[in-house]
Amino acid sequence: MDLARTEVAPRKGGAKGAAARLGLMALPVAFFAVLFAWPVAAIVARGLDVDGAWRFGRLWDVLAQPGIRHVLWFTTWQALASTGLTLLLALPAAYVFGRFAFPGKQLLRAVVTVPFVLPTVVAGTAFLALLGRGGLLDELWGVRLDTTVWAILLAHVFFNYAVVVRTVGGLWAQLDPRQEEAARMLGASPFQAWRQVTLPALAPAVAAAALMVFLFTFTSFGVVQILGGPRFSTLEVEIYRQTSEIFDLSTAAVLTLIQFAAVGAILAVHAWTVRRRETALRLVDAAVTARRPRGAGQWALLAGVLVTVAVLILLPLGVLVQRSLDAPGFTYYEALTRADGGTFLVPPIEAIGNSLEYALAATAIALVIGALAAAALTRRDAGRFVRGFDALLMLPLGVSAVTVGFGFLIALDEPPLDLRASWILVPLAQALVGVPFVVRTMLPVLRAVDVRLREAASVLGASPWRVWREVDLPMVRRALLVAAGFAFAVSLGEFGATVFIARPDNPTLPVAVARLLGRPGDLNYGQAMALSTILMVVCAVALLVLERLRTDRTGEF
Amino acid sequence: MLLGLRGATVRFGGRPVLDGVDLEVAEHEVVCVLGPSGSGKSTLLRAVAGLQPLDAGRVLLDGRDQAGVPAHKRGVGLMFQDHQLFPQRDVAGNVAFGPRMHGLPRRERDARVEELLELVGLPGAGRRAVAALSGGEQQRVALARALAPRPRLLMLDEPLGQLDRSLRERLVVELRELFGRLGTTVLAVTHDQGEAFALADRVVVMRDGRIAQSGTPLDVWQRPADAFVARFLGFDNVVDATVAGQAAATPWGKLPVPEGAAQGTRSLLVRPAGVRLVAADAGLRCTVAARTFQGTHVAVHLQPEDAPRLQAACPLRSAPEVGDVVGVEFDAGEIVVLDGAGGS
Repeated sequence: MDLARTEVAPRKGGAKGAAARLGLMALPVAFFAVLFAWPVAAIVARGLDVDGAWRFGRLWDVLAQPGIRHVLWFTTWQALASTGLTLLLALPAAYVFGRFAFPGKQLLRAVVTVPFVLPTVVAGTAFLALLGRGGLLDELWGVRLDTTVWAILLAHVFFNYAVVVRTVGGLWAQLDPRQEEAARMLGASPFQAWRQVTLPALAPAVAAAALMVFLFTFTSFGVVQILGGPRFSTLEVEIYRQTSEIFDLSTAAVLTLIQFAAVGAILAVHAWTVRRRETALRLVDAAVTARRPRGAGQWALLAGVLVTVAVLILLPLGVLVQRSLDAPGFTYYEALTRADGGTFLVPPIEAIGNSLEYALAATAIALVIGALAAAALTRRDAGRFVRGFDALLMLPLGVSAVTVGFGFLIALDEPPLDLRASWILVPLAQALVGVPFVVRTMLPVLRAVDVRLREAASVLGASPWRVWREVDLPMVRRALLVAAGFAFAVSLGEFGATVFIARPDNPTLPVAVARLLGRPGDLNYGQAMALSTILMVVCAVALLVLERLRTDRTGEF
Repeated sequence: MLLGLRGATVRFGGRPVLDGVDLEVAEHEVVCVLGPSGSGKSTLLRAVAGLQPLDAGRVLLDGRDQAGVPAHKRGVGLMFQDHQLFPQRDVAGNVAFGPRMHGLPRRERDARVEELLELVGLPGAGRRAVAALSGGEQQRVALARALAPRPRLLMLDEPLGQLDRSLRERLVVELRELFGRLGTTVLAVTHDQGEAFALADRVVVMRDGRIAQSGTPLDVWQRPADAFVARFLGFDNVVDATVAGQAAATPWGKLPVPEGAAQGTRSLLVRPAGVRLVAADAGLRCTVAARTFQGTHVAVHLQPEDAPRLQAACPLRSAPEVGDVVGVEFDAGEIVVLDGAGGS
């Protein structure tokens, strides 16, 4: 997913290089083996191993059920529709961000990115407040969309807008505008120049972004859980339902395997498009390509994007805040401090403390594992095995949180590794989801450190350790902070895995919100809004800090 | 006139980059705009191309005002500084791009591509990827691509800027021959005086968005218009002088000037060839500060007492050593009185 890769000709490493690589890889490999591969193996066994015999026929049995087939169909078409809608709305914004300079661009970029780090639960809640029963549209015009698929689609666009804007817009900003001018000089009209020159250069990035959006929406859990009602259910939601409501672990395991296969296929295609994207493009510094909009058409486009952002992103979040205050004083916020609601054994406000503790622990784990893995992947002598590891690292991101949570549930609750009673289980699951973000943020920066800088330092007398300390660390420090921020935001909002394994007396913020929403009554609804608002503010602040730290070289998340 | 600029002005954030430029280019003429970076010469090309709107003034092609005519309908070609070949297309795809945009049928297009690749010395290179081309080959493909739609005016932005010296010298001769043979009207910009003098029928020197001098290469070389042009052409012996009759008072003493020279406070250029070294007790007394070997001669840097440095051109054999004390006399024939005062 990284654009800025400067590959230096690979050099054959000696035995020493291999040893160093093994050292760096040992911990990440062990981490993934125990926390990912083993749980996945447990799921496979649970699904297909009936009374000690392998029954692959189970796959067909499950697939033959009309209910399951309906879920599969819905999962696929809503993902396709969400992806199409996201591209439609976000590509103009990618152009605006890539090519125009206008006041407030930095702020707008941050605003657009906020949803991506927001917990799915918050987004679900916000759209419920906008489109649901008693929501803003309901009050104004008596329109309710929460019983339709539109609520899900719009929430998906809300989430993935930034994926397209940043991936495509980032590349667009780096395309040399003189390429289009060269086409103009040869007689191409502005549209022909775009169609013949810019579009072919952008196509792989658009494809990569579309695949990411498809992946995220295909495995959507929190949004569908909250907005889907009984009618709409994705594979992810169905896995959760089979596990926690029907207690049919075997069917859940089979469904997980199906999802696993689908996600693996999507990631494989994604890796392929990314490789294609690295073909020679004329890239220039993004700072020199942006200019003020010229002419009525361009100003109208900018205005259209601003309106889209306002309606699609700011409005739901604004309504969320307004709903949380929609009672005399701070009733809903005050109610969070009491345990008498019956929903929890503890005051909901304690979820904030739980969430912060878990997120800090998860961030620390994700940083150590992710940084080690990124360092191993950066080494010039990285071979095929390491490249494979690179792809493997992406798996937990796509394989969906529910798989991770479900895997933990059935694999880590019995000797030799019984962690069910331990608090560390939640941070471990969240770290597993956070590691891919850390690796993706660190890799481009580490790869961009010019090897000649290191050589210059060692010629001047620096030991390898001093080289790392004096050359590498100052350059990756910001990336490290950005990675930490992302890991923190991801852990804070993590819902799919946490909901499986968080203990009832220690809920995290998203789990508490979902539970409050599941209860009837205005007070519970209001408390959910209030808690979501708190969660949103924490995540948004984390992101705004990140935006200040972000450099052009850091990854695209 | 094929191309005419009338008071063409472009401002970036209030600062004029092109400041009331008037310029004419006749059909079949090769004009080279010469200037240091930031003098506005690239902006001049972009304004003619229609890629940069004018803030004031007009661009005329064949006498017709081009205001409101978009870039792709002006019928001019532009070869970009770094070529801007399309990396997704092969050589033939690049050359065929223009004819394709003009709706040429496929058969004629292919023939045109063959013809042009032949012309630029790359026959049969159509299927090659542009990334696999050397710098010189890229330059040739860019030229073929720019010529393919038969533009009435071909503009070149630093056409040879990125190539190494020997290749540049060879290509400049090829270009000169090619344009002569095709009768192409060319407007080129460059910062390299050698390139400009070798390529152009007429040289236009630009400074800070204005035209400082315009003339044949010989004119400009022999009689730089002012101290700026003289210095830009590489002459260092430029000083303030007060001219009275056939003598000029300068920090280097009283210098002879040619008959009929402009009078009063002026800038004075002394070509290095006009600085003659004589015995230490005659003429202006100087110490040799440095000497650099220039192939055909040695440039000797001379430091007089209480006066700016002087440069002299000496034959290889008779050049003095660093630290030697020599005398200097001046030849009136190699001294040019420039317009305007001020040595800067």
